[in-house]
Amino acid sequence: MMKFRVFAATAALLGLASPAITTASAENGEVNVYTYRETKLVQPLFNAFTADTGIKVNVVSASSGLEQRIKAEGTNSPADVLLTVDIGRIDEAVAAGVTQPIKSEAIDKIVPAQYRDPDGHWAGISMRARVIYASKDRVKQDAITYEELADPKWKGKICIRSGQHIYNNGLFAAYAARYGEAKAEEWLRGLKANLAQRPSGGDREAARDVAAGKCDIGIGNTYYWALMMNNDPEKKPWAEATRVILPTFQGGGTHVNLSGVLLAKHAPNRANGVKLIEWLIGEKAQKIYADSNYEYPIRAGVAINPTIAGYGKLNADSLPISKIAANRKAAATLVDKVGFDN
Amino acid sequence: MTAILVAAPVISIFALAMHPAPDVWRELTAYVLPLAMIDTALLLGGVGALALSIGAGTAWLISLHDFRGRALLLWLMPLPLAIPTYMAAYVYADLFEPLGLVHRTLAVWFPLRDVVAVLPNLRSMPGAIVVIALVLYPYVYLSARTMFQFQSAEFGEAARTLGASRWNVFWRVSLPMARPALAVGLALVSLETLNDIGATEYLGVRTLTVSIFTTWLNRGSLAGAAQLSCFMLAIVAGLIAIERYGRRNVETEFSAESPRLTPRTRLVGIRGWSAFAACLLPVLLGFVVPVLFLLQQSFRRGLLANFDLSLGRDAFNSVAFATLATLVALALGFATILAWRWRPNLLRLVAMNISQTGYALPGLVLALGLLTPVLAIDNGLNAIAGWLGRSLPGLILVGSGAAVVIAYVIRFLAVPTGLIKAGYERIPRDYDDSARAAGAGQATTMRLIHLPLLRPAMLGAVIIVFVDCLKELPATLLLRPLNVDTLATSIYQFASRGSFEDGALAALLIVAASIGPVAWLTRFSDVPSGPA
Repeated sequence: MMKFRVFAATAALLGLASPAITTASAENGEVNVYTYRETKLVQPLFNAFTADTGIKVNVVSASSGLEQRIKAEGTNSPADVLLTVDIGRIDEAVAAGVTQPIKSEAIDKIVPAQYRDPDGHWAGISMRARVIYASKDRVKQDAITYEELADPKWKGKICIRSGQHIYNNGLFAAYAARYGEAKAEEWLRGLKANLAQRPSGGDREAARDVAAGKCDIGIGNTYYWALMMNNDPEKKPWAEATRVILPTFQGGGTHVNLSGVLLAKHAPNRANGVKLIEWLIGEKAQKIYADSNYEYPIRAGVAINPTIAGYGKLNADSLPISKIAANRKAAATLVDKVGFDN
Repeated sequence: MTAILVAAPVISIFALAMHPAPDVWRELTAYVLPLAMIDTALLLGGVGALALSIGAGTAWLISLHDFRGRALLLWLMPLPLAIPTYMAAYVYADLFEPLGLVHRTLAVWFPLRDVVAVLPNLRSMPGAIVVIALVLYPYVYLSARTMFQFQSAEFGEAARTLGASRWNVFWRVSLPMARPALAVGLALVSLETLNDIGATEYLGVRTLTVSIFTTWLNRGSLAGAAQLSCFMLAIVAGLIAIERYGRRNVETEFSAESPRLTPRTRLVGIRGWSAFAACLLPVLLGFVVPVLFLLQQSFRRGLLANFDLSLGRDAFNSVAFATLATLVALALGFATILAWRWRPNLLRLVAMNISQTGYALPGLVLALGLLTPVLAIDNGLNAIAGWLGRSLPGLILVGSGAAVVIAYVIRFLAVPTGLIKAGYERIPRDYDDSARAAGAGQATTMRLIHLPLLRPAMLGAVIIVFVDCLKELPATLLLRPLNVDTLATSIYQFASRGSFEDGALAALLIVAASIGPVAWLTRFSDVPSGPA
């Protein structure tokens, strides 16, 4: 009995002292966004959206599990829009059944077909390429293929983060989608044999390890390099010791990670959600994406940030994103099978 | 009641695990589990041994000895607790990596290549062990101290008169008597290590927890991940059972006749300085170095000059969530142990054990498990409101942040339960009987006898839970309401953009929020030296 009183008192206290009480019965002028992108990154976008439309944006960001949360929230879920960092999360949200087709002419017109769902459940809004940070001193080649990374000539010269990180998972899945699992396994074994050290750190550390002479080639995303170069004087030497090479598949293009957007199944502010999605692929938002986070805009004709443009012209791989997504699990298994991270 | 609260997410995880995932398991057992088990065992063993020696050693020095600088150390010692493990990993990797500060400094005198060859590679198993142990040893320190300082004098004195050296007394008297507390501390260290994903992944160590995440995220198998979690729970339960079995016959209660406390031995000269240095070193490495690094980054990046006002709000949220959770956890933990103490029965034993499982669940798994029951309540309330024709209240538990507090309580309830239980094990039942014989009721016995004796254990629990809540990340990320951030989630946002240094100020605010209670509580937790 005493325990119950304690509990009741606490419950009352919680109600009074909670830092924020939000109401799910949103008024017309709101849209609720669940995002895997960091709020610090997307907030400038949302502020601009609010300034343009008068619609208030409420945000919750997480590193994983948002689709599970929307699923558990069920019909009372306040979620309108889900922003993802990677195809993996897009895939999961659709599989969890928490999305609905977006139905927007603007999206069909602006987003290339390979970067949106045939059924309309998701659309890409920006891209990051998975590239090579090559030592300026020790790497003479100007073009490198992904296939070539398994060539013994790079033995002991490559640094990379965990093979299970979603960025690598996406790249390996693209390889498996293109060549099949057996070939992908062989390639991964070759790449593994070329590593200078056990996979660890993040993409920045790949550049640093190259700068420190631990390895000649680091694998990383395009924007980390630009952030080090332009936004972080301390890390600038790491970027300066390397140059970015946009690798390609033989006879194909460069692998890109797609950040995407989905409309929640029970979106209480559906119209505002669609408005936000269409705004995100509009020129203003695409420009913000390109300049504040050094990403490739999904919309044709929007200027790419000069640092990123300096890498050379991006020829994005034409393999449909959905095909890559279908190979994620196989890629994860292969990483374990060849003991990539061990 | 408490048991139900804690059991809800566990049951929910079990339910998730019921879905078959045979493919995943075939792959896991073939390629992942053998190595993950070895890595997990090595990491747990290494961190446990190191944290135990640092924590128990310093607690013994400080509790049973007096030396110059002791007063300062008293409140410095628990502070590494305020440094999140992933933050320590980033900082130390940054300092010791080639091109890092240590490297650059050494390179002034030595050629670069030689320095690279000499510097330890922190992104490795030994690196992970040292870095994690340096910030987790206070769990052992805090729980050990509560035991050491209440250690009755006569045992040590008896040993000394029989010719035992001070070392011998430590090894054969003090240490065995502090065993329940050391076990609690070690369990907390192990579970915290097992829970960590940020530091271990960054440093290139693949534990079971990391496997759970990749199974879920990359293989798209929530069921497989849930099964792995259950598997991990079983291991944890096994470890706890072994530990209990191991000390089934150890009586650690006070001598009922003479609760006279050990007077602190005064160490002077070189001995005093050595004791001071031995205690100072872990604080320097586990706290001062990371804090200096964060301070330097905050200044260099102009984070203080351009103070981001939203950090103030994040700090308020952090402190509010942590305070509520600490109060609730302490109350529930105390009530659970009290119920067991007064009338032990099988049901209460089960309840007590269940209330300790929350800590064994990785934060994100706990949050996932919690989603279903918490939102079921929320949705139920909405259904009732709809049925009554009222306007729908929306998701109350999640929308108000109560879900975050519930997650914290479940996750950290093991701390007050464990520490208070260990504290109670030192209070002989004779005391209760005497009090009852003297006509005191249960409430009076508690107020006059139990609470004063339990105070150090409770204060230790408050510090640990409060600071743990401030640092908690995965459950906070997933369960917090719209537009709400805490300091930890704010740091995470910077780190995931690849520049954790921009989160330096947020990290310092966590430290600042922790220093207050730690300093204040340690003042009260130091009992006077034995009677003059």
